[in-house]
Amino acid sequence: MAEDILHEVTQSEYKYGFTTEIETDIIPIGLDENVVRLISAKKNEPEWMLDYRLNAFRKWKEMKMPEWAHLKIPEIDYQSISYYAAPRTNGPKSLDEVDPELLNTFNKLGIPLEEQMALSGIAVDAVMDSVSVKTTFKETLAEKGIIFCSFSDAVEHHPDLIQKYMSSVVPVTDNFFAALNSAVFSDGSFVYIPKGVRCPMELSTYFRINAVNTGQFERTLIVADEDSYVSYLEGCTAPSRDENQLHAAIVEIVLMKNAEVKYSTVQNWYPGDKNGSGGVYNFVTKRAICKGENSKVSWTQVETGSAITWKYPSCILQGDNSSAEFYSVAVTNHHQQADTGTKMIHLGRNTRSHILSKGISAGVSNNSYRGLVRVGAKAENARNFSQCDSLLLSDKCGAHTFPYMEVNNETAIVEHEATTSKISEDQIFYCNQRGISTEDAVGLIVNGYAKEVLNKLPMEFAVEAQKLLQITLEGSVG
Amino acid sequence: MLEIKNLHANIDGKEILKGLSLEVRPGEIHAIMGPNGAGKSTLASVLTGHPSFEVTHGEVSFHGKDLLELAPEERANEGIFLSFQYPVEIPGVSMVNFMRTAINEQRKYRGQDPISATDFLRLMREKKELVEMDNKLTNRSVNEGFSGGEKKRNEIFQMAMLDPKLSILDETDSGLDIDALRIVANGVNKLKRPDNATIVITHYQRLLDYIVPDFVHVLYDGRIVKTGDKNLALELEEKGYDWIKQEVGSI
Ligand SMILES: Nc1ncnc2c1ncn2[C@@H]1O[C@H](COP(=O)(O)OP(=O)(O)OP(=O)(O)O)[C@@H](O)[C@H]1O
Ligand SMILES: [Mg+2]
Repeated sequence: MAEDILHEVTQSEYKYGFTTEIETDIIPIGLDENVVRLISAKKNEPEWMLDYRLNAFRKWKEMKMPEWAHLKIPEIDYQSISYYAAPRTNGPKSLDEVDPELLNTFNKLGIPLEEQMALSGIAVDAVMDSVSVKTTFKETLAEKGIIFCSFSDAVEHHPDLIQKYMSSVVPVTDNFFAALNSAVFSDGSFVYIPKGVRCPMELSTYFRINAVNTGQFERTLIVADEDSYVSYLEGCTAPSRDENQLHAAIVEIVLMKNAEVKYSTVQNWYPGDKNGSGGVYNFVTKRAICKGENSKVSWTQVETGSAITWKYPSCILQGDNSSAEFYSVAVTNHHQQADTGTKMIHLGRNTRSHILSKGISAGVSNNSYRGLVRVGAKAENARNFSQCDSLLLSDKCGAHTFPYMEVNNETAIVEHEATTSKISEDQIFYCNQRGISTEDAVGLIVNGYAKEVLNKLPMEFAVEAQKLLQITLEGSVG
Repeated sequence: MLEIKNLHANIDGKEILKGLSLEVRPGEIHAIMGPNGAGKSTLASVLTGHPSFEVTHGEVSFHGKDLLELAPEERANEGIFLSFQYPVEIPGVSMVNFMRTAINEQRKYRGQDPISATDFLRLMREKKELVEMDNKLTNRSVNEGFSGGEKKRNEIFQMAMLDPKLSILDETDSGLDIDALRIVANGVNKLKRPDNATIVITHYQRLLDYIVPDFVHVLYDGRIVKTGDKNLALELEEKGYDWIKQEVGSI
């Protein structure tokens, strides 16, 4: 009897979280100046960083959520969210403790074992130690003078660079979500490629392993100095389950003369279940500025996750002869909604931009492309070509295209093409008759359709992304 | 190898096959002729498992297995091949990728490892030669922008690649020019072996000069109403179908 009572008391205490360490590292829900101060304090930030956050917070309070996107966004209560959570400390200890379904997906995607461990939340340090890539990686980069570190580290060790470039591409008040991120950003990455340096490796593997704990308000800044080159990959194909429903990230890229940056994203946040409940809301502001002449930036994205995606990686083509590319595959299934595209702002002479957007919709989802091409008065001979294709897999899904053009220079040439197609029952049957299952047939057709974009991804990820498309659309036809 | 007994099938609630029976043994070539709308393509669709058709009655066994129980891709991997009357275009999917996927699915079904790149390329080359298929075509997406005749030739190329046990050629001759007809028919003949069989659906006796059938069947109003040897095809060419219709009507 006594034992039972004792048991009950201890159990219920445990249930309500009377544990020690974990609790101390979570800020209660809600957002006010004190929370902003607390976040800054927890990260031991200098005064200027705190001032920056407070300024952003004050601006954010006066702003409203944008409503122009073709999205049905449920009311978000910003006071019911916790804005700082320390990395998980009570994750699984080995792969045996991980959800077998998740492991199954990892295997389907062909993700190496070490990364599977990291992605399942097994103590990252332990995993990192077993991955020798990390150290050799860091040494190689250091030799070249490349800085590649967490945003927090950069604030501490490279304050001059951060102060110079942070918000130089995405101003604090750019939009509601950018202001929110600027006030409460958790962490992210900083990259600096010095003059004349070609980054000898994809900045990917390392990042992928670290990506697990970057939190919901991520911030990335990439500065490519004159004549430099870097290819950067964000996110990963593995399904990212996250209890944080709201994600609002910022990515800024600065390119000097002759610099080239390739930024690739594979986004696979939890999309919610088949009935449309749960899932991440992903509101991202990504922008690059080609400051110097002849600089070149490309955004490549494969978007398969999230319940709601609001995302327009953009380019400001300021330097003469600079060029920009946007290659996108956005997949929506079940109840997912995506409103994504790009903005190309031509300011310099002979600037070029190329947009290739491939939307794939299934289930009862909604998939919109929204793009703006603006040619400034001084952008002599600016060129843009946009191709927006939609592929439908069901009769109940939606595909929409919203191209906007503002051309203020007569010598500019701006072209837009759009197509819509549907996978037919006859195409599937034709494949079936050649021995190919419906799932594989959909994979084959979808990957054929998205090929041009997938080919732009770094090799290893192109292969994973292909499989990802197929997995995302499993059971969506027939 | 194929035994069809009293097969009835509907589309959208309308009965098209109305008690069709047919037996095909290894090594045989069967020609099926019959007026437009008789149900010839429907038979091909039902045998290959097209989801639009519903079998309401009857049995089909293939090498002793209940064919109607199998999914379309399983039937294909069991060795049934259909050369479509109207081949489908699949933009974005290259012929090479399509064929490699199909071959590997077949191998997987049979418990074999995927084909090596060199073996695959050798096979492609060999079979392209067999039907005198242009490289330009195999470098394109499946049937995309192919002419009518090119599509038909591509069907026989795929048949050669997949080496089926039972091939059903649904009006493969229509749309082929005279030279192409000879090339495609020669291809079919070269693939003939004692252990495989062919069903040739056609309107024209001409094809049967090249692919000589062991049996000629007349399919009329959802049933096989007459069976003969190759001379039946000559008779049909000469007299048309009216006399058959009358024979059937008088029963
Ligand atoms: N989707 C459909 N809905 C309704 N009727 C259909 C459908 N498909 C086929 N049919 C009908 O089924 C009948 C048989 O068609 P089928 O294509 O099998 O004829 P066929 O013998 O191959 O003719 P042809 O010589 O013209 O190729 C026709 O009357 C046709 O109109
Ligand atoms: Mg027909």
